[in-house]
Amino acid sequence: MADVTQDRSNYIRLFFAAIPLIIVLRLLFLQVFGVGGYKDSALGQAVYIKKIYPPRGVIYDRNGKVMMNNSIVYDLVVEPKKVRNNFDTLLLCKLMNVTTEDFRLTFKRMVTKYGWQQRNLTLYRNLSPISVARLQENIFEFDGVDLIEHTERNYVHGCGGSIFGYINEINEKQMKSERFANYQKGDYIGVTGLENTYEEVLRGTPGVKYLLRDVKQRIQGPYKNGTLDSLPKPGKSLQLYLDGDLQKLTETMMANKLGSAVAIDPQTGGILAFASGPSFDPTLLTGANKGRNLSRLLDSATKPLFNRPIQAMYPPGSTFKPLTALVALDEGVIGPHYGYPCGGGYYACGRRIGCTHSGGGHAANLGLAIANSCNAYFCHIFRLAIDAPKYDNVHIGLQRWYQYMSDFGLGHPVGVDIPSENGGHIPDSNYFNRVYNGNWNSCNMSILGMGQGEVLLTPLQMANAMCIIANKGSYYIPHFVKSIDGDSNTAQLQKYRQKHVVAHIADSAFEYVIAGMQAVVDMGTGKIARMDGIEVCGKTGTAQNERMIQGKRVKLQNHSMFVAFAPRRNPRIAVAVCIENSGYGATWAGPIASLMIEQYLKDSISEKRKPLVKRMQDAKIIPNYTFILDSLEKQQARERERVKNMSKDSLLILTRKKDSLRRLDDSLMAHYYYNKFYLHKRQN
Amino acid sequence: MSYKPKTLTERIDWIMVILFMVISLIGIACIYSIEHRETDIGFFLSGKSYMKQLIWFGISLTAAFVILLTDSKFFTSIPFLAYLIGVLFLLLALTPLGVGVKGSHSWLNLGFFTFQPGELMKLFTALSIAKFLSLQEVNFNTMKHRLICASFALFPAIIILLQNETGLALVYFSFFIAMYREGLPNIVLVIGFSMMALTVATLLIPKNMLFLILSSLALIFLYITRRKLRRNKSIIVLIAGVWLFGVAFSQLIVPFAFTKVLKGYQVQRIYTMLGQEMPDEYVREGVDKKKQNASEYNVSQSKIAIASGGVIGKGFGNGTQTQFDWVPEQTTDFIFCTVGEQFGFFGSALLILLYVSFLMRMIHIAERQRSSFSRIYAYGVAGILFFHLVINIGMTVGLAPVIGIPLPLLSYGGTSFLTFSIMIFILIRLDMDRQMVLR
Repeated sequence: MADVTQDRSNYIRLFFAAIPLIIVLRLLFLQVFGVGGYKDSALGQAVYIKKIYPPRGVIYDRNGKVMMNNSIVYDLVVEPKKVRNNFDTLLLCKLMNVTTEDFRLTFKRMVTKYGWQQRNLTLYRNLSPISVARLQENIFEFDGVDLIEHTERNYVHGCGGSIFGYINEINEKQMKSERFANYQKGDYIGVTGLENTYEEVLRGTPGVKYLLRDVKQRIQGPYKNGTLDSLPKPGKSLQLYLDGDLQKLTETMMANKLGSAVAIDPQTGGILAFASGPSFDPTLLTGANKGRNLSRLLDSATKPLFNRPIQAMYPPGSTFKPLTALVALDEGVIGPHYGYPCGGGYYACGRRIGCTHSGGGHAANLGLAIANSCNAYFCHIFRLAIDAPKYDNVHIGLQRWYQYMSDFGLGHPVGVDIPSENGGHIPDSNYFNRVYNGNWNSCNMSILGMGQGEVLLTPLQMANAMCIIANKGSYYIPHFVKSIDGDSNTAQLQKYRQKHVVAHIADSAFEYVIAGMQAVVDMGTGKIARMDGIEVCGKTGTAQNERMIQGKRVKLQNHSMFVAFAPRRNPRIAVAVCIENSGYGATWAGPIASLMIEQYLKDSISEKRKPLVKRMQDAKIIPNYTFILDSLEKQQARERERVKNMSKDSLLILTRKKDSLRRLDDSLMAHYYYNKFYLHKRQN
Repeated sequence: MSYKPKTLTERIDWIMVILFMVISLIGIACIYSIEHRETDIGFFLSGKSYMKQLIWFGISLTAAFVILLTDSKFFTSIPFLAYLIGVLFLLLALTPLGVGVKGSHSWLNLGFFTFQPGELMKLFTALSIAKFLSLQEVNFNTMKHRLICASFALFPAIIILLQNETGLALVYFSFFIAMYREGLPNIVLVIGFSMMALTVATLLIPKNMLFLILSSLALIFLYITRRKLRRNKSIIVLIAGVWLFGVAFSQLIVPFAFTKVLKGYQVQRIYTMLGQEMPDEYVREGVDKKKQNASEYNVSQSKIAIASGGVIGKGFGNGTQTQFDWVPEQTTDFIFCTVGEQFGFFGSALLILLYVSFLMRMIHIAERQRSSFSRIYAYGVAGILFFHLVINIGMTVGLAPVIGIPLPLLSYGGTSFLTFSIMIFILIRLDMDRQMVLR
């Protein structure tokens, strides 16, 4: 018996040691090996990681004037649970200058949207400074109400929306991209414009604050006495080539017009002015109603957010003629004194190509042909150039011409430092092989020489082409940013410091063309651009505007184009202006371009020309059919969307019926609008 | 044998006293670490739990002093009377005199202070069982005396169960350890463990699957014992009986217990410990599912706090999880989290080692007693301490169900602390007279 009990005391000892050992093993797994993931959960619970956002970089213009900075704004934030009882709504509304009705409605809407449990419901954003001042004095009287400050981008001069772009909270899709890998929910990113291209520079480095909080989420103090905290580093500033005054003038002149105006400094490639019409107030892209304004702008028929200077592609029209002349001169197929007996049209290819002049000798030499913008002359010399006897056939000649155009920066994006640039279109022999089934000759494309047909350029490319002529054969890639934080040689800017030499065309060829372009302004089609004391070289253009509407080729009103650079010797500014659907180049685009030149070179507009500025600013050149075409497009898009969203079964039944009905409907509509607005207008 | 009389202080087992002191002071330090704020000025602040615990520590030391000066014969003479008084108090707590706390009804308000008779009853039961088994006329080998002895432990347990203090009631099962030492047959333990295994299996394995497993086990046993069967037909009856009991237990008794006997939250806690979703059949009507998950939340918060301590801990006073109320009940039932978080794996293991050495010392003391009263009492105390230790720490790390029993000497709570102190010091007092035969 004694043995048995002695054994049992040992068993009990073993038992008393074994069970706690199991617990120790469990602790080993929990604490040392971190099994179950409990080990790291504490950091997210008791330690609250607060991100401190640095101010985004400031943007200056060429003269050091602030174009964009940050302003501190206040939002009214409430905690619904606390607001429930004995809350003086009337006083709060009085301080904020809103009606109690409005407050109740907003409150209800936010609560139903986000729930009672939310701790921070933003009721009003961007309170006015007066309300903020009044509220700050009395905020302690309202339990659960707080003012939260944050920074907002501030477009100081109310211009440059299409250059600077805007910032927005990052969305799920952007967070997945490689570029924004280290961004978190709630961070802001530049969506378009310079804000996007220079996001990494402007953003700065956010600081981190580790705070301790208790189970009720109340902040209890810094974690580890703040030794882990880091301060935010403000974003770097950008200095632009942009001229603030010029930009402002340009934007006011582009108001209520579809089109674009670009000015570049040929000596550096720096963009001096950049406006897309219709210009809009960029402050719409900040503040409380940003989302609503954005969708309104996106929805607008005139598409103000469509960045026309780099995205819209136009047939250049006559503004293309100097380039044709350069190619012909360089190929040696003509000399400066080559003339063409134009009698008001070009008949060599069977079909007549009209010319606005019919007077004898208006194309007696290159200079006169440029000055009078003779269509026949340039169709002819274009054909001469691609049919040059030194090339065996027209295919090689056209490829050679395509090479020239590529060198001029056409047919591909030039590489400006804001995103979503379009490349325009320059046809090559492959293109014509596809279109004409390999069976074509120079007659099929003679109108390319006068800038019509398959050639499409963006206004930025036109301005860049002017730079090339002004520089006599070289250019820098057009760009906005001069220096980042005072340093103009950072890696990001290196590609804009390289000089691109174009096709090694002789200086003399440029001289002849430049002389012709000066004649345009002095005595030719562009006399409106003449200025005292400045030798302006320019070229007007009237681009024929054809558009496919409902499967039909419809001729709409011409685009008014003007390209120029000045002064002739040692050029400092090259301009390209395009006003859509406004007629002759000299009526609208010409004056705008010349006013831009005057503003930049003389720093002000002379009294004599002030009325012209006024006329340009007040003019509204948006034809009615812009809206009709837009609503037609939207109707089609809606229909497409509806069909797309239909379930597969109903789709099977309805597709044919709906499709045929829709086509009939659309063509009828288009026919109706075409007859009613376009033909009707022409008859007047 | 030469017998040299020793002085009072020489006869005290100082190792026990030191272990008691160290663990108590660790407890006070832990409560201090939770409650201390940087804005606090000074240490002695009224209204803080650690100050109250410190006062209870003082009271306990006074009581210990009194106990050490008391004749040990006193403790052998009072058990049955004390047991009766204890039962009376337990029953009083059920009457309107009792105070309800958090759904239980186990507290008694004596005007000047409230206490939990169930806590004190542990001491009385331990004394009584020791007294009963050490009586000369009692023979623990007879079934009758075994049943009486078991009912000494189970009677208060049943009353406490009626008071809705399941955890405290379960503590009384720890007296089986003392009984085992005194010669409880092995078959009782085998049956006890089989029942436990069967219960756990019932919870983890679907009913029909368990039926198949039990049936196939019975068939395998029949096959193994097929030679013996020819000679002894009663084996068939035995196997069939066990099989029938197993099936009945899993199919009828457990579902009945879970729907009728145990409370909804208790069932939930058992499933939480097993890491299982509670089956819908046991979900009571009108019980919020969210509320049922409260114990799950407690355990996961507790695990987070302990795990965040890592290997060496965050250091004293840097426990972010426990300081800012992330762990519920952190001064009482979940006090172990503070050790785990602030001192990490090494600290926790060291504390468990302290407790285990405490237990080992108690068994050592028990085995050196001449009188069986002292020995049985020592085993009783060790059993209680062990049960508290394992279940409490087990629940903080998710190994045991959350049944709400304190960690001895560490958790905040006056009655519990005083009871454990008295129990331990009575043991030390009895040990002082280990050469005597006490009856």
